[in-house]
Amino acid sequence: MMAWLAEMGGFALDRLVRLGRANLFLLRLLGALRFLFQRPGLLIKQLYMVGVLSLPIILVSGLFVGMVLGLQGYANLVDFGATASLGTVVALSLIRELGPVLTALLYAGRAGSALTAEIGLMKATEQLASMQMMAVDPFQRVLAPRFLAGCIAVPILTGIFTAVGILGGYVVSVIQLGVDGGAFWAQMQAKVQLFADVGNGVLIKSAVFGLLANWVALFEGYEALPTSEGVSRATTRTVVTTSLAVLGWDFLLTALMFGDW
Amino acid sequence: MVTVRGLSFHRDGRPIFDRVDLDIPRGKVTAIMGPSGTGKTTLLQLISGQLRPDAGRIEVDGVCVHELRRRDLYQLRQRMGMLFQSGALFTDLSVFENVAFPLREHTRLPEQLIRTLVLMKLEAVGLRGARELMPAQLSGGMARRVALARAIALDPLMILYDEPFAGQDPISMAVLVKLIRTLNDALGLTSIIVSHDVKETVAIADYLYLISAGRVVEHGTPRDLDCSASPWVDQFMHARPDGPMSFHYPAPPYSSDLLAEAST
Repeated sequence: MMAWLAEMGGFALDRLVRLGRANLFLLRLLGALRFLFQRPGLLIKQLYMVGVLSLPIILVSGLFVGMVLGLQGYANLVDFGATASLGTVVALSLIRELGPVLTALLYAGRAGSALTAEIGLMKATEQLASMQMMAVDPFQRVLAPRFLAGCIAVPILTGIFTAVGILGGYVVSVIQLGVDGGAFWAQMQAKVQLFADVGNGVLIKSAVFGLLANWVALFEGYEALPTSEGVSRATTRTVVTTSLAVLGWDFLLTALMFGDW
Repeated sequence: MVTVRGLSFHRDGRPIFDRVDLDIPRGKVTAIMGPSGTGKTTLLQLISGQLRPDAGRIEVDGVCVHELRRRDLYQLRQRMGMLFQSGALFTDLSVFENVAFPLREHTRLPEQLIRTLVLMKLEAVGLRGARELMPAQLSGGMARRVALARAIALDPLMILYDEPFAGQDPISMAVLVKLIRTLNDALGLTSIIVSHDVKETVAIADYLYLISAGRVVEHGTPRDLDCSASPWVDQFMHARPDGPMSFHYPAPPYSSDLLAEAST
């Protein structure tokens, strides 16, 4: 029994220490951001790596999610003769929840895991150490551009995901199922609020998720054991931790933004 | 150039160094040798300020490395080159860009001058023709020579070599041996080589330190050590399988281990 308690205590302490390290890591990362004013080229390259290269998966997923929303929404609303509200249903689901959450999850799988593996391997092959030996701070040269690029890319990707999703919903409901196009757009325009919905969902939520996803990915890569097993575990942890953190924070943010309590 | 006094260092509760004293003279090639796992690489990391000692003092060019703030340490490192065992080239940059990296980071030289400097350094290691290649296209020996060109890019005062000969074929080994000595003399460097390749290291070193189990066992010129009376030094320098240095990792007696297995 005592041994079990001690093990639990040890585990909790371990987690706490790790959380502390992650926070110190974030502080150092934020401190290194001003270096990017001198070297904007590094940021642009990373924007391409994490942002532009994530576009295909975001576009395709957004389209399919929107189409499925259109189908499901129609199947349920048609019984009540409320198919005119389909535009609102599709748009609000995407803008408030599915856009930010799914984009963050897809980003963690596509770009977050790649960031962790890249940083972990740079550590395992002594590239980070050799950079430090050349008096170049890896936080400035390697980590800060990736972090800022990721934090910029996630909200933009969320916007694209949401827009493509709404188009997908339009294609299925209006073109295929025959819902009235005018009603689709007019209802959406009347019900979706710029600040309350788009601002909270697409902007604030995705900014928080972007910060979480990139912080976790870079921290896991930087702390990875410098072996092939260590890097593989770190990559897995990135996807699992980001997914859980995004879903947990989504609940908190939704409760704060849209909950009436 | 480098003075180490009373250095003690622990890792995971295991002592690596116990009150070690070393002096590395300026302008010479000094080798630190010892069996694998004696902390030779750790010693280089301590000298370059990547690790902090538990006790003792490490001075490089008159300044105490582990008391420096990060900015001052980085300034000191601009005068220090290090050749990693793996080469540690940046895999996303070409050979040319790898060598240009420290120049681009620390100087504001025009592109034309950077090109001239990089070609000069690459010519010194015989790889001017390989400048367009990516690190993945290089052999181990070539990668190490590119890393060497990168280490001398900022004309440092001192170069630290971590196992420069490990895993090299005889030709690249001979090339590297010659290169380390030539560069040291031509550029007026101070070189510290950490290695367990006795023959190659002895051929170019001016002074040797032998370390084992956290202590300096012996030091002197290659000639002194070659005819040392110490049985340990004799075993190491002449690569004899039998001697005071045990082949086995510390363990309880073999018979008791086997019997313990049988009785369970």
